[in-house]
Amino acid sequence: MFCRCPVAYFEPPNSQTCPVCLAHPGAMPVPNRKAVEWTILLGLALGCEVAPHAVFHRKNYFYPDNPKGYQISQYDEPLCVNGRVVVPGPDGESEVGIVRAHLEEDAAKTIHVGGAEGRIHGSDRSLVDFNRAGTPLVEIVTAPDLRSAEQAKRFLQLLRQTVVELGISDAEMEKGSLRFDVNVSVREAGEEEYRTRTELKNMNSFAFAARGIEREIERQIGIYEAGGTVEQETLHFDPSRVEAPPLRSKEEAQDYRYFPEPDLVPLEPDPGLVERLRGELRESPAERISRLEHEVGFALAEGLVTSGRDELYSRTPGDRSAVANVLMNELASTGVDPASVDAEELAKVIERRAEIPRTAFMEALAASGSPGFSAERYLGETAIADVSELDPVIDRILGEHGSQVDAYRAGKEGLLGFFVGQVMRETGGKANPKVVNERLREKLRA
Amino acid sequence: MIDTLRLTVEEASGLLERGEVSAAELHRAYLDAAARRDDELHAYLCTVDEPAGEGVPIAIKDVISTKGVETTAGSKILAGYKPVFDSTVAARCKEAGLPLLGKTNMDEFAMGSSTENSAYGPTRNPWDPSRVPGGSSGGSTAAVAAGMAPWALGSDTGGSIKQPAALCGVVGLRPTYGTVSRYGIVAFASSLDQVGPIAKTVRDCAHLYRIIAGRDPCDSTTVELREPVELPEAEDLRGLRIGVPKELNDAEGIEAGVTESVGRAIGLAGELGAEIGECRLPRSVEYGLPCYYLIAPSEASSNLARYDGVRYGLRAETNGDVRTMYDRTRHDGFGDEPKRRIMLGTYALSAGYYEAFYGQAQKVRTVIREEHAAAFEDFDLLVSPTSPTVAFELGARTANPLAMYAADVLTIPSNLAGLPGLSIPCGLSDGLPVGLQLIGPQFSENALFRAAHALERALSFDYVPERLR
Amino acid sequence: LFGRMTNEMAISRDEVLHVARLARLELSEQELERFAEQLNAILEAVGTVSELDLSDVEPTAHPLELANVWAEDEPRPCLSVEEALANAPDREDDAFRVPAA
Ligand SMILES: [Mg+2]
Ligand SMILES: [Zn+2]
Repeated sequence: MFCRCPVAYFEPPNSQTCPVCLAHPGAMPVPNRKAVEWTILLGLALGCEVAPHAVFHRKNYFYPDNPKGYQISQYDEPLCVNGRVVVPGPDGESEVGIVRAHLEEDAAKTIHVGGAEGRIHGSDRSLVDFNRAGTPLVEIVTAPDLRSAEQAKRFLQLLRQTVVELGISDAEMEKGSLRFDVNVSVREAGEEEYRTRTELKNMNSFAFAARGIEREIERQIGIYEAGGTVEQETLHFDPSRVEAPPLRSKEEAQDYRYFPEPDLVPLEPDPGLVERLRGELRESPAERISRLEHEVGFALAEGLVTSGRDELYSRTPGDRSAVANVLMNELASTGVDPASVDAEELAKVIERRAEIPRTAFMEALAASGSPGFSAERYLGETAIADVSELDPVIDRILGEHGSQVDAYRAGKEGLLGFFVGQVMRETGGKANPKVVNERLREKLRA
Repeated sequence: MIDTLRLTVEEASGLLERGEVSAAELHRAYLDAAARRDDELHAYLCTVDEPAGEGVPIAIKDVISTKGVETTAGSKILAGYKPVFDSTVAARCKEAGLPLLGKTNMDEFAMGSSTENSAYGPTRNPWDPSRVPGGSSGGSTAAVAAGMAPWALGSDTGGSIKQPAALCGVVGLRPTYGTVSRYGIVAFASSLDQVGPIAKTVRDCAHLYRIIAGRDPCDSTTVELREPVELPEAEDLRGLRIGVPKELNDAEGIEAGVTESVGRAIGLAGELGAEIGECRLPRSVEYGLPCYYLIAPSEASSNLARYDGVRYGLRAETNGDVRTMYDRTRHDGFGDEPKRRIMLGTYALSAGYYEAFYGQAQKVRTVIREEHAAAFEDFDLLVSPTSPTVAFELGARTANPLAMYAADVLTIPSNLAGLPGLSIPCGLSDGLPVGLQLIGPQFSENALFRAAHALERALSFDYVPERLR
Repeated sequence: LFGRMTNEMAISRDEVLHVARLARLELSEQELERFAEQLNAILEAVGTVSELDLSDVEPTAHPLELANVWAEDEPRPCLSVEEALANAPDREDDAFRVPAA
């Protein structure tokens, strides 16, 4: 963010550092223009206002992963404020307010060694790798508008998809390029005020977050029902032990002593720049879900959009629900990059999925991302549906298995599968089973 | 035999150009002078025996990072620390071919006005070794005054170039904030720190300012100069309007001998053709010191948080957890003055006090800027004593932080306003140098150089300390 | 020189301890004593800024009024691992080693 080291996730420790991100004496920050522009872009995508005057502040605290003893962040004058996003759900849309989206720098990575590996508690030393220190990080804060774990998960998935589509980040939780903290509080139905909240940290997947929130809701309800009170605290979930109770952090009361970073000057985004960035925005994931919902229902619409498959869906002609299902199931399982698929050819494969063997169908889908893929050629080469080609094979097999033919005709119709199998073997699995079935039935009736 | 006590940079440069001495010989001559005098004065923390560059050698304050050469900022917490990079000013000096003589002593983290706060022992004043050289750039000004360096870099936050220049009888410029890069300068108070030149003459200062000034992409707070640095030629001050701020010249604590010398210099300015008039900076002087002692410690408390024993510098041995390591390292590594300022600044920024202290001080700063701006509507330059006193005895103020802070009462107001200030010697009081402070509007360095050069000629102050002549 | 002074205790002993904890500075008993006294004197002196009514005045964060100073997104060469760790007080392989949290 404030130095020019490359973004690094899997490089050898301390190989991607410089005097700035190691906080050497006298090193000074210089903001990365692209990071500023991307934050504005993301803010606009979240319906935010872009501040005409934004300021970097220092947030002061000591921790080995915080090399300067302060993090450069934004405080009361962030870049983007007052946004809102629509979250489509199975029972209609809801709105989530975005309080702010601000720009800051990421911390270094600390590994706790000795004792229980990787855990703070019981470790005897920590190893610090500063590669990640100083990576640009956008922090987005929502209003307390999320009402269930399900809705929170839905919002997070939409947010992730938005970030990915804007090209800002791969937003991969395993890499840590997307992380979130969730604040949870419960209250009686109809109650106006929010009660004390707890903060859940360390969640590294959407499913994990949803589960964590649910458990926290239950825990808090349990406390209130037993006549207790919920303490404001931070709870760290250990992703490797989902069933274990949350770890309470023994953080001391913090006083971050925010003040304007004197090594930096304010950001005053030019209105022309903001308009140019606004012009780069395309239809949002939420808008697309709402649009597709009418065609394929909410679940498929949400799935298509949040998995990044809806663009291919829209390009692919044919029965809407068939296309959506194939994209979300069979095609998804092949791992083919939807962006590389020729939609016209894919449509042809989908159209003929009932006529060709499943294995052939799957093979065709797997091949559909290759350059120059032709459904015609591929299916022609693979699935033999041509009767004039199949009939001689079928005739030969029936001739070779006279006793089975007699048994079938005597009522053992279960033998049909045997004949189908023989034909498939003879054709190397390339025969269209539907056609084979039809021809066999007809010939055995004779 | 090179008389390093008298030799100016321009003269030294002439010797090099004419091939009368080599750069290596010149470098050696200054190190020889240091070998003779520095046991007593202790201006250098280290010297460099293997010079690189064909120009006039330079001494650099130890707050300025020099690649591969120990840079401690006068603190134990940075003992042994060798930067892996050059500060921008050190790099510019290298590019200009100036061989490094060594790193000069200073108050720890530039916090002080006497160089007694150095963790490595005080520097003494070449005019009288029982007295302080001023500070925090006392090592640089003493080295120049004692002929152990022809010129030097210092840094100035509240007066750390101007005040020791005054006390050592040399010329020192605190440039307009933002004209010299702070990249690689061990930070004290970021919104105030500026690097500047120290030399025997105004023209030498202008030469060095020309080398170091200008925007640096590594320091977001720097700007390009509005006009190129000019070497002053003027011998008179015709057409110049000089303001004498009443509060800066009548402040409590200004010694009679200082007032007398400065008064004589102002009179001389009039004789040289300047128009002299009185002006007012009431709130700047009354609230300057309190304002400074809120802003500078606040920023310092944050700037000094990086000394945590993790990546470089001192780490105290403990068997405890990382917090214990921090607490002990910072306890052992910082001297009293940084500790006082860290605590003061932490307090001023902490919840519940920010508005009353740091926030209010920032507003006072606006008032101070506006007062100065108003004065410059009527005047081109302002003058006052640089320091209320001549060099004081070692130990005289160490027990009383407030007395030490008061040494900068006259330099702080214009520093808070981001203005350039130049101190030139204007006479002696009890055999000790008195400094005249010239303050200009932002980016008025050329005007300051012109006026100071004309005055310097008229004053014909002998910068060689009497006891060394 | 610092203007008028008041006689109130500006900072309590506990506050000095709290501040030292925030600033991660160990203090001995005597140091606490000494610093508390000095900080009180300094705070009394600097506290005079509160005499001014500056509610209409904008704060100055910076003497120069600049905005939008940034660098292009062009990666530059990093330090080598050895340079990065050259001044490390303690290391383990290629990481900085610190006591446990
Ligand atoms: Mg943050
Ligand atoms: Zn870096």
